[in-house]
Amino acid sequence: MAQPDGLLYSKEHEWLKVEGDSATVGITDYAQNSLGDIVYVELPRVGQTIKQFASIGVVESVKAVSDLFTPIGGEVTEINAALEADPALVNRDAFGDGWLYKVKLTDPGESAHLLGPAEYDALVAEAAH
Amino acid sequence: MPQAVNVNAAAGERLIFEQGQPGRANSYFPNGRSAGDFLPDDLLRPELPLPDNSELDVVRHFTRLSQRTFAIDVGFYPLGSCTMKYNPRINEAMAALPGFKDLHPYAPDELAQGALRVMYELERSLSSIFGMAAFSLNPAAGAHAELTALLIAKAYFSKRGEGNSRTTVIVPDTAHGTNPASAAMVGYKVISLKSDERGRVGVEALKEVLGDDTAVCMMTNPNTLGLFEDHIHEIAAAVHAAGGLMYYDGANANALMGNARPGDMGFDLMHLNLHKTFSIPHGGGGAGHGPVGVAEHLVPFLPAPTVTRDAEGAFALDFSSPDSIGMMRSFWSNFSHAVRALTYIYANGGEGLTRISQLAVLNANYVRAQVKEFLHTPYDEACRHEFVASAQELKRETGVKALDIAKALLDRGYHAPTVYFPLLVPECLMIEPTETESKETLDAFVSALREIVENAKSDPEAVMAAPLNTVVGRIDETRAARQPDLRFE
Amino acid sequence: MSYTPHTEADIEAMLRVAGAASLEELVRVPEAVALKGPLDIPPALPEMELADTLRGYANQNGALEYTSFLGAGAYRHYCPPVVMSLAMRGEFLTAYTPYQAEVSQGYLQAIYEWQTYICRLTGLDLANASVYDGATALAESAIMAVNANGRRAILVSAAVHPNYRTVLRTYARGLDLDVEELPAGVDGRTDFSTLEARLADKRFAAVVVQSPNFFGVVDAPGASAQAAIKNTGTVLVGVVAEAMSLGVLATPASWGADIAAGEGQSFGNPVAYGGPYVGFIATTKEHMRRIPGRLVGRSVDNRGNTAYVLTLQAREQHIRREKATSNICTNQAHCALVATIYLAALGATGLRRAAVLNLARTAALGAAVTAVPGFTRAFESPVFNEIAIRVPAGLTAARVLAEVRREKILGGVDLGRWYPHLADCILMNATELTTDAQIAALAAALARIAAQEGSALHAASR
Repeated sequence: MAQPDGLLYSKEHEWLKVEGDSATVGITDYAQNSLGDIVYVELPRVGQTIKQFASIGVVESVKAVSDLFTPIGGEVTEINAALEADPALVNRDAFGDGWLYKVKLTDPGESAHLLGPAEYDALVAEAAH
Repeated sequence: MPQAVNVNAAAGERLIFEQGQPGRANSYFPNGRSAGDFLPDDLLRPELPLPDNSELDVVRHFTRLSQRTFAIDVGFYPLGSCTMKYNPRINEAMAALPGFKDLHPYAPDELAQGALRVMYELERSLSSIFGMAAFSLNPAAGAHAELTALLIAKAYFSKRGEGNSRTTVIVPDTAHGTNPASAAMVGYKVISLKSDERGRVGVEALKEVLGDDTAVCMMTNPNTLGLFEDHIHEIAAAVHAAGGLMYYDGANANALMGNARPGDMGFDLMHLNLHKTFSIPHGGGGAGHGPVGVAEHLVPFLPAPTVTRDAEGAFALDFSSPDSIGMMRSFWSNFSHAVRALTYIYANGGEGLTRISQLAVLNANYVRAQVKEFLHTPYDEACRHEFVASAQELKRETGVKALDIAKALLDRGYHAPTVYFPLLVPECLMIEPTETESKETLDAFVSALREIVENAKSDPEAVMAAPLNTVVGRIDETRAARQPDLRFE
Repeated sequence: MSYTPHTEADIEAMLRVAGAASLEELVRVPEAVALKGPLDIPPALPEMELADTLRGYANQNGALEYTSFLGAGAYRHYCPPVVMSLAMRGEFLTAYTPYQAEVSQGYLQAIYEWQTYICRLTGLDLANASVYDGATALAESAIMAVNANGRRAILVSAAVHPNYRTVLRTYARGLDLDVEELPAGVDGRTDFSTLEARLADKRFAAVVVQSPNFFGVVDAPGASAQAAIKNTGTVLVGVVAEAMSLGVLATPASWGADIAAGEGQSFGNPVAYGGPYVGFIATTKEHMRRIPGRLVGRSVDNRGNTAYVLTLQAREQHIRREKATSNICTNQAHCALVATIYLAALGATGLRRAAVLNLARTAALGAAVTAVPGFTRAFESPVFNEIAIRVPAGLTAARVLAEVRREKILGGVDLGRWYPHLADCILMNATELTTDAQIAALAAALARIAAQEGSALHAASR
């Protein structure tokens, strides 16, 4: 799947879309493909303060669990409620309707620690070996 | 090709709730009164929505269910780490004796001397076989015993004033999942130790993570790759030097009996899975029995009760140790299993147990020497009671994975080996034949496995479609997880 | 007998293929850890002799010759022979955990049926495939509550089985959780009068109540207690130690339990000196992902057939490892199977009849015992199949039990063992197996004690 423009990435295969002092977070298409059929997503609570790169949730597939490490710090303002009934959204549209949560950023400068599209592509290419 | 399960079991089986008629009761009990004669209505349930079925229908239902169930009695399980050996019937006969089966746990000690003797003798025997100072028969399973052992460790360190500082448990990356899960239930932080290129725990790598915060190092020997940790003595010395305790996961004890003992290797704590090593039946997933063994300095912390014998030879339950961690279950042990295990020990003696381990190791090596001809076996050396093979290369060449090989074996009347464990080996198959399998069974198994690998190369689609010869094919596990249907409405 | 089928010729041939010169070579370990000397265990016995020896031990359990009124968490019930004849089929007995679902459909379906039975009996939404016993079911349920609301303390009634409370404390110490108690009142029920005040600061993750409780008394929390628990976001854990009571009593769900933790031994499993038994945990949909242990789900296979499979395994240790809801792996599957077959054989009709008989026999026991001068009921509250009997003034429960034992009767358990203020009370259990003759024998024995004491006191006061 072609990656949408304007995203940043973490080494743990999360994506981040910054809009002003807010951001939306999800996992990448590569991640959802590696995990297989996703059956449940454990998200942080609305109102929770999270630190960049901390483990804040879990993505469960049938045979595996994967920790979610937030690519950015801040206060969780919204979570994707549709995932409760339809976790497969993450498989179907990881970059779009399968978004996970939104954060109000504490420090926009933190995004300097993330990867750009080309760097992320390189990471994925290496992982595929 | 032999059927994976018995014939006449192909049709789906209705649920017990989909059968029966209200009032189709079996007359086990006299009738007459009603609950309302004894209790006010507001304490009573208005209805009891359970089906009434005739005894014959119950018999047919469960008989047919049994025919849709693979078991040791039906065929071979090359299941690594599970030790699926034959479950002797003499064990069952002894456990079923009314003198054991109908004895109430609150029977006074003087009137339970036979049962207490069984527990005492089992405990003494296990202590000798594994080189520990004492065992507790309380825990109901291996994981339960791990939890018990870690609670003992926690209490031990607390008593020494180190309860708050000793916070980490070291676990090799080949460890069974219960190890870190048990550690988490005691509030310990888990440090996963990467195995070295020989598949063992490297002493230097271990020393790097050892420290004042080390509480316990949990290991098994042979490890889950089936390899003997030949530096175990140095590993134990290093952990002890750091002030930590060594814990032995007894899942692989079948490889060692009469030959080496965890106590002599420096382990302070250990558990056994009697439903593995000591021939107790798995019963579809339990009940197990997981005695926990300790070195002398940890004896006072054992859960209550222990079984003692006085100078006159009288046995008793002892609840008195002030440092005991408490109780791990409502009563004393999975006692029926203690009977089974003691029966097994009496049947074998020291020589028998020694031979069991030797032949378990022979069987594994015999299979490995042949399997390595057609499947990659990392760690190319003699194994102990189990070995690992990898389908990684096969997957690259043909797309056929460990899971597909497992399902293809089901078609040929075998249970699959353990797959995808340990996590260290990609597309892992872990094979443990146990000592109760004959050369002919092993030869046939190796042939079947060889044939599957050959088919993978010539007709991978066929292998990936397996199983075809079982009552159901591959199951939609995604649907089961996304739309959980856990009870009949 | 080692059940090893190897002939000498087999071993020779196999060693050759394995590339080893001898068995000793294959099992060789470094000298530092090699076993030196023989094992100190009994020598091997041929099966004939070993059977004799074990039978001898079984015969040394004299309690079997006594009339028994022992209960207190382990219950003597009638199990129709059809149950064991089915449960002990080799396919069920020697099967492994049903991870390879395609060849385990029979067992998986049986567990799905167990789960369904437990839901229907408790009134809750879902149940797991079993845990070790009632006490560990309670401990695991408390951990579920802690995971649900993040609080770190448990409030447990003093009328919950003492061993269950001890196990709860043992598990709680591992996670640095506090355990506090609600007292039992003079009526033998939990004293809920301080409940609202104690829950106000929302410190407790769960309130734990057992019904029928350790004294046999029906002890479900009433409406105001339920409200206090619910309104503070506290989880109510309902413990059932005598599963037979579910045949007649109002379900834990009906009195507000969010989680039911119980002991299924009464369903077909023998008392067997304390184990193996079978714990169950049932809960609401809200707690589904926190429930420990295995769950069997119904799905379909690739041919369109109904198929059963272990599901939601991502909660469990083999996947989640240190983040698992529990470390439980092996459970009590076979004991759960026994219980399932028992429930199938009895049906609603049989279970109800058996439960009513328990009520009836206990009422008869209570009437006969309290007809003896000096013996009274400690609590007037309704009971299921156990009653606490207060012995005459000047006597202790221990003394009376010792006397009664001389007539080959085990009259019950001494409540003073756990409750010092009840050292004059005996907990007696009657089940469907308790006969009129047994009750009469006990009453006669108690009457002789009462008479002796009466004349002794009379003599002493002269």
